[in-house]
Amino acid sequence: MLKYIARRLLMMIPTLFLISLASFFIIQLPPGDFLSTYAAGMSAQDADVARETLEGLEQRYGLDQPFHVQYWRWVSNIVCCGDFGQSFEWNRPVSSLIWDRLTLTMLLAIVSTLFTWFVAFLIGTYTAVRQYSVGDYFWTFVGFIGLATPNFLLALVLMWVSFRYFGQSVGGLFSPEYESAPWSVSRVLDLFQHMWIPVVVIATAGAASTIRVMRANLLDELHRPYTTTARAKGMKEWRLIAKYPVRLALNPFISTVGWTLPTLVSGEIIVSVVLNLPTTGPLLLRSLESQDMYLAGSFILMLGVLTLIGTLLSDILLAWLDPRIQYEKAGSR
Amino acid sequence: MTHVESTPVAEPEPERPDQPAETAPEAAGSGSGRKRNGSTVYTASQWRLMWWRFRKHKLAMAGAIFLMLVYLVVIFAEFFAPFHPSDHNGAYQHAPPQRVHLFEETDDGTRFNPHVKGYHYEEDEETWRRTYVTDEDQIYPIGFFVSGPEYKLFGLITTDIHLFGPKDPEAPMYVLGADRMGRDILSRVIYGTRISMSIGLVGVVLALVLGVVLGGISGYFGGWIDSAVQRVIEFVRSIPEIPLWMALTAALPRSWSQVQIYFGITVILSIIGWTTLARVVRGRFFSLREEDFVTAAVLDGVSKRRIIFRHMMPSFTSHIIAAVTLAIPAMILAETALSFLGLGLQEPTVSWGVLLREAQNIPSIAHTPWVLIVPGFAVISTVLALNFMGDGLRDAADPYNR
Repeated sequence: MLKYIARRLLMMIPTLFLISLASFFIIQLPPGDFLSTYAAGMSAQDADVARETLEGLEQRYGLDQPFHVQYWRWVSNIVCCGDFGQSFEWNRPVSSLIWDRLTLTMLLAIVSTLFTWFVAFLIGTYTAVRQYSVGDYFWTFVGFIGLATPNFLLALVLMWVSFRYFGQSVGGLFSPEYESAPWSVSRVLDLFQHMWIPVVVIATAGAASTIRVMRANLLDELHRPYTTTARAKGMKEWRLIAKYPVRLALNPFISTVGWTLPTLVSGEIIVSVVLNLPTTGPLLLRSLESQDMYLAGSFILMLGVLTLIGTLLSDILLAWLDPRIQYEKAGSR
Repeated sequence: MTHVESTPVAEPEPERPDQPAETAPEAAGSGSGRKRNGSTVYTASQWRLMWWRFRKHKLAMAGAIFLMLVYLVVIFAEFFAPFHPSDHNGAYQHAPPQRVHLFEETDDGTRFNPHVKGYHYEEDEETWRRTYVTDEDQIYPIGFFVSGPEYKLFGLITTDIHLFGPKDPEAPMYVLGADRMGRDILSRVIYGTRISMSIGLVGVVLALVLGVVLGGISGYFGGWIDSAVQRVIEFVRSIPEIPLWMALTAALPRSWSQVQIYFGITVILSIIGWTTLARVVRGRFFSLREEDFVTAAVLDGVSKRRIIFRHMMPSFTSHIIAAVTLAIPAMILAETALSFLGLGLQEPTVSWGVLLREAQNIPSIAHTPWVLIVPGFAVISTVLALNFMGDGLRDAADPYNR
């Protein structure tokens, strides 16, 4: 087991390198950069200050240097001192901008995952046990609708519903009075009050497919001989289902985290732009529009890294849960 | 958003390849093949068996028929849309959908005369919001095959016939409402269908080429080539796709024309899309490589190329078709999301995402819900139909598997 984890960690290094390279490459793609735009705006006002700032910035980041030099400088600063560079637009270090937002993004992604599981677990079990019942068709249909509806559309509709029928202040994750308050019990409660819309919206993306995986797996298990044996021995039906087939059918939940997590993070980005949540989404969009390269690049890098860690955790969890998985070989395919 | 990868593609027992029975004398080495005992089931080609199986899937059939209609609309968008998507009318900004009346009350009694009624509006002094009231006196007759704005069908035939519309081309007809510029939402959704549906198709074709080539190489050769390709796939999939797409579309030069941006977006969408298809192809290759008929062909000294294209390809084309059908909705949804964020297509190009961008805030949803509902319905119903059809195709892809 330890060997497996160590190997997986080692394998992450080249992936991490590729992700960082890709994020840096992507943010270098747009023609022109923030500085040239910035300079055009500044020079009209006070040219001297502008030139000094520009030269300082240019030197600091080596913007006049070739790609690999710039990349090296960026990455080595991140690795050695956690310095993600400076946001041009906000005129603040990137690291001071991203952490709060990343934390909230990950919190949302995790809560959505748990919610997705909870919903998919219940509905998946129900639809498998009552195969071809009205409820089965109903939930299958709901699942399909969930798959077909763009996240942002659902967010818009729910936002409107909550505004129209619950009179709740919409958008954001906090009520105005808690916006910049320090963390406290009531602030957390306030957060959860606001979180249900994004969580529901994000979860529909993952739940629909997870329900179907759960249903298919449980259907396979339900007709195994061991189920018949247990039933023949007079075991109570629900106890039996919960104790054996469901437990086996749960594996895909863990093993698909690796796929659901990027989807959830993606969903979170769009939903938070629509709902204007203080998470990564709106700031990432803004930074991409204004070519605030270090901010955008750091966001993409960190989102990639966090997803990678999440996937790793789920793989370890799976290897631990299901002894049938040979983790010695698991990485080779 | 994407779901294709999460629904495991059934890995059925690999079967004998399936050239239509009459053209496959050399591959009749193994498997059940045709037993001529009179029943058509035993002599039917694989494609025929698949069709029978597909036909049984009612939802898939419904989806297929719906999609045929959608693509008909895509091809003849100019004919189906009563107006040009950028025709605007200042007096009808945010006008609600009009009711279509079939009968007209005249002094001589009721007579059949399909028409819509015009609106007049009152503007609120403070909010500038308009309230539209139906004007019973303004009657605009409508009909089928009327003359409207001129257009060129396929860029060749100049005509002005539209499937339906007002008999007077200048008359206001907004059966599904108008947007903030007084443009007909129905016409815009029809033109938007063309862009959104074709983006899905073009993107999938690109993804398919990449996926089949790389997945095929990976699956056929195995070994280090395989693990290299697998690492690349894992890497691409580990990055959350929306941020990646956002960054890439933001990188498209602003000076590009709409057509260039359109193709840029399809390329960007296929950058992630190909991984799913490559996995399907690789999986099939792996299971087929060990099959007896492949071994037989190898022992017969058949060339690699012929083995791949003649013996292995036919066995998994059907699976690929199913996978492709299931990949299109993901592309459509992605384009919609990107355009909605303002990173994808922009006005004056009309796509579903561009249309939904108009309904970005609560006031617009609360006061002009048709701006959201009409394109939203188009997206949901089409993606639903594609999913149903893809599901049916996947079930039918292996007709021998019971």
